[in-house]
Amino acid sequence: MSTATFATPAASLAPSADVVVRCKAVTKTYGKGDSAVRALRGVDLTVNKGEMLMLVGPSGCGKTTLISVVAGVLDRDGGECSVLGKDYAQMNQAQKAAFRAVNIGFVFQAFNLIPTLTIAENVAVPLLINGVSRSQALARAKEVLTLVGLGDRTKDEPRKLSGGQQQRVAISRAIVHKPKLLVCDEPTSALDHATGQKVIELLRGVAAGEDLTLLVVTHDSRIFEFADRIAEMDDGHIVRTIEGQGLRRASHIAENPLGK
Amino acid sequence: MIRLAIKMIMGDRLKYLGLLIGLAFAATLITQQASIFMGYTQRTWAFIKDTPHADIWVMDEQMRFTEDSKPLQDVVLYRTRSVPGVDWAMPMYRAQLPVRLADGTLEMTNIIGVDDSTLLGGPINMLAGSLEDLRQADSVIVEKRAAEGDLMITNPDGTKRPLRVGDAISINDNAARVVGICETREPFYWQPSLYTTYSRALQFAPQQRKLMSFVLVGAKPGEDINALATRISDFTGHKARTADDFSALTMWYTLINTGILVNFGITVALGFVIGLLVCGQTFFNYVVDNAKYFGALKALGLTNRRLLAMIFAQVIVVGTMGYGLGAGCAALTGMFLKPVGVGFYMPWQLLVGSGVGMLFICLASAAISAINILRLEPATVFKS
Repeated sequence: MSTATFATPAASLAPSADVVVRCKAVTKTYGKGDSAVRALRGVDLTVNKGEMLMLVGPSGCGKTTLISVVAGVLDRDGGECSVLGKDYAQMNQAQKAAFRAVNIGFVFQAFNLIPTLTIAENVAVPLLINGVSRSQALARAKEVLTLVGLGDRTKDEPRKLSGGQQQRVAISRAIVHKPKLLVCDEPTSALDHATGQKVIELLRGVAAGEDLTLLVVTHDSRIFEFADRIAEMDDGHIVRTIEGQGLRRASHIAENPLGK
Repeated sequence: MIRLAIKMIMGDRLKYLGLLIGLAFAATLITQQASIFMGYTQRTWAFIKDTPHADIWVMDEQMRFTEDSKPLQDVVLYRTRSVPGVDWAMPMYRAQLPVRLADGTLEMTNIIGVDDSTLLGGPINMLAGSLEDLRQADSVIVEKRAAEGDLMITNPDGTKRPLRVGDAISINDNAARVVGICETREPFYWQPSLYTTYSRALQFAPQQRKLMSFVLVGAKPGEDINALATRISDFTGHKARTADDFSALTMWYTLINTGILVNFGITVALGFVIGLLVCGQTFFNYVVDNAKYFGALKALGLTNRRLLAMIFAQVIVVGTMGYGLGAGCAALTGMFLKPVGVGFYMPWQLLVGSGVGMLFICLASAAISAINILRLEPATVFKS
């Protein structure tokens, strides 16, 4: 790790009300033998409650693997990782699914809205997964869609919406069940600059309103200014973390990822 | 989530229609061919069912089916009557004789001779005249299909008309007169048929030592007809079968020796295979095409069990629609096939059976696709 960092020291994994994600020496390897790829080589990361932490780095550095581990959709090979004080290694698949359903929201790069459902039905999915009745789920979905400015389009299918509007629907789906952690994978990469700005502003706005913690993977340097902290990854490590005043200089990361 | 699952599959129009049409086609093929098979199978025992009064049929030991003519000695009748439990026993003649019409047409015709005094074994559904008219001299009752088919009379001007009451015919060079027209079940081996009395039939028949075709037996009330049949067999030394057993004997002989069992069996199996391939392939493609959405649902917290429930619900709902459409089409084809003489019989048991077959197709298709779902890693949604 670079010495010129303002990195938060790796803390113990003891539960803390202020820490939502705590990872220590997390490793993950794909494949075996000569073809094995070590995607994570001992990652230390903490995400504090209520903050927006952006995870940046070149393609193949392990960002997606890391958020997959944090989100509980991928099992780590080594190290320790707790989310909201819970360790996925202590859970079976059904328990992990139940934990995600209640505590985590997802915003995907490609939106992943089901094309044959209306946007209200898409947004209602997390609630339906959690056992909420259809009528209540749709009512809540319409509330959230109104919040993001799509209250008059609830019966439309996603294909009738623009990219920015679809991402707003995806954000609505991510927050409808009031999770504690929002995991966003390249939320603005499929959008133009202006729309991307609006989306990230919306994310910050709803996160603040819902008391959410955000973990955002992004290449988009235009939105770095919205982050509370930026963790820079390379070759399976967190190489440095930038916060506070460093964010105003963060735009150079895209051109100079290792800060050399 | 099940409701959303149904909407997911129905919203994918191309796949939905592909599944629906494929399953409907399979259901049509299976149900229709099985119905035609059942229709023809029913015909194998038509003659037995048209003689409902007989509880037991006594026949030559070597007789294999109803058309297998192997006459009996008259003494068999008397011996049968002496068996305890027999209420009545009547002779029946059934053989083919040449019939010449007034216009000179010659046709080989089934002549059925029934007991003179009771007329038991005679047709039960008369369209013109009455069964009692058989007591008149030289009288015969002609079966409707024969009267309107092979036994139609050609007029001097070349037109044809059905045989009718009052017409004179010649049976093996013996004069006869039509006194009635009857309707019978269509048999498997169809030939023109007409009814007369037993003694008159013997007059028509060429002389030979044995002429009686069957002994029809009525059991006393409360008698166990299976046991009675066994006693008759033991006492007379001839084959005695209940009506149901004789029907089954005739049916199986016909099915095996004519090859229709294999023929229809292959067609039904083909329908099944086509349904499985089309449904399996289309549904598999549907799951693959929607893998990212299923992956997203997994990431959002949907368990494998619930995801599988969605998959199975989707295929069963579409399968039910396809089956309904297919069975309806099959019934519709029956409406057109029956009037032109094709055997068609669709009992509720057949519908249940074909429904079970379609259910198996759906479940197998879902199971094949389910493997993909179970192997799907939710982390893949982050790679898109």
